[in-house]
Amino acid sequence: MRRRHENRVAYLFLAPWLAGLLLLTAGPMLVSLYLSFTDFNLVNPPRWAGADNYRRFASDVHFQNAVRVTFVYVVGSVPLTVGFALAVAVLLHGRRRGLGAYRAAYYLPSLLGGSVAVSILWRQIFGDDGLVNRGLRLVGVVGPSWISTPEYAIYTLIIMHVWQFGSPMLIFLAGLRQIPVELHEAAVVDGGGPVRRFVGVTLPLLTPLIFFNLVLQMINSFKVFTPAFIISGGRGGPADATLFYTLYLYGEGFTLFRMGYASAMAWTLLAVIALFTAGMFVTARYWVYYADRDGAP
Amino acid sequence: MTRRLLRQALLAGGALVMLYPLLWMLAASVKPTEEIFGGPGLWPRHPTLDNYRSGWVALGVGFTTFFGNSLLISSAAVIGNMLSCSMAAYAFARLSFRFRRLWFAVMLVSIMLPIHVLIIPQYTLFHRLGWVNTFLPLIVPKFLGVDGFFIFLMVQFIRALPTELDDAARLDGCGPVQIYLRIILPLMAPVLVTTAVLTFIWSWDDFLSQLVYLDDVGHYTVPLALRSFLDSSGESSWGQMLAMATLSLLPMLAFFLVFQRRITEGISTTGLRG
Repeated sequence: MRRRHENRVAYLFLAPWLAGLLLLTAGPMLVSLYLSFTDFNLVNPPRWAGADNYRRFASDVHFQNAVRVTFVYVVGSVPLTVGFALAVAVLLHGRRRGLGAYRAAYYLPSLLGGSVAVSILWRQIFGDDGLVNRGLRLVGVVGPSWISTPEYAIYTLIIMHVWQFGSPMLIFLAGLRQIPVELHEAAVVDGGGPVRRFVGVTLPLLTPLIFFNLVLQMINSFKVFTPAFIISGGRGGPADATLFYTLYLYGEGFTLFRMGYASAMAWTLLAVIALFTAGMFVTARYWVYYADRDGAP
Repeated sequence: MTRRLLRQALLAGGALVMLYPLLWMLAASVKPTEEIFGGPGLWPRHPTLDNYRSGWVALGVGFTTFFGNSLLISSAAVIGNMLSCSMAAYAFARLSFRFRRLWFAVMLVSIMLPIHVLIIPQYTLFHRLGWVNTFLPLIVPKFLGVDGFFIFLMVQFIRALPTELDDAARLDGCGPVQIYLRIILPLMAPVLVTTAVLTFIWSWDDFLSQLVYLDDVGHYTVPLALRSFLDSSGESSWGQMLAMATLSLLPMLAFFLVFQRRITEGISTTGLRG
């Protein structure tokens, strides 16, 4: 009797979420899968086009460029971000006074970095007459406009991503706090120095979090939009050098209203993210250490 | 001893490098234009608030409107998330019902879903409803619990609360609704604060959705206004732009200073965004 009653009440509590799931998540997902096989421009009803949208990828130079730019960004920024996060977390771990302020300082760019304001700032900093070049001028070097030179533009964005290593750092700090002191004490008794202790004790115990952060950062980097949009003026310039996948998708879908094509791009993105995540889970078996299965992320 | 000094120097130097861009923006916002393009230094020689005064009204429509719009959207989003996410979280954490594990798994997957596979059908839907160029597409979803991140955060929190309280309330004749309202919700105060703060910051910053749904300058949020500022003006108005950019970060900065611990705990216990 009570169970049935709870069923009803439970679904009442879940009702808003379920409505959202149906109308705004699961429903749209299926619709966008359907749209990806059509020509759709919002005004006219979608027209079935088979796999045409997907076939067009093969001949769309901008698309291929967007894929390349995004891969360079992901491969360039993810390991560096996680690496910095780990290194700084190890330095900031502990109870000494003042560390709290440092943690806040190192985390702050992460909190503010996704904003339009910081992207505008970045455009200034790496611009022709920006902060970086004025710094370089002090030592007698005349720098190029980093933002508007195709070879360098992507790196300014990678630097911006790495600058925001604060949130994976917080996750590492939480993980470091979980490591039992006894393990380190035992290692000290066995004559292990700080480096041996880090490699032998800390690092293996942190591998689940390293894995977790790598996956999260990868997913987030595939999805990055605001900085690319602002820094390139919305068009992915110079010479498509910052035409990120999401930026191209936005342009196709919401500027040119080729919504079928944009949907095909969205599903391809989803498939690639899923594939990469699955791939990382496969490698995890060989390098991620779980003390107990419950500790899995 | 030297090792500790070295470590201190490294940490302080690193922090300076990390914060320098932000400090420089703050400094530049009170410098006259020619001084912004002077050197890379921080200290303004002729501090002035001109950039703020002229930047505030530089777009024709004043920033009063943009801040008002952003504030309205973010506040509504906060209320929506606190209600819908706490209800779902209570069900997941405390009630037994059919398909609970399945729904929970679905919710976890939805957190990771890129917005791009949803935004075109969502746009089509809101377009049909006549909601494009209103704030509704930015607010209503929050009342439907689309931010699974917070549901997850709250479920973790509720599970750590002792169930004896629920049992006692049940003996006193409380049903699930009353237990939620009288026991769980008040005890959830810390996680509700985390949710409120992070929701506010993230919807303040949600550039893509705002860009897609808001066309008319009168409806612009602060990020959209900054973007059109950037598009419409040349090098001469960097000072004004940086002044407005600085102001746009202030609400987030204020929340961070006040709720630092809540934010960092929210990020590190679930770690799913940030």
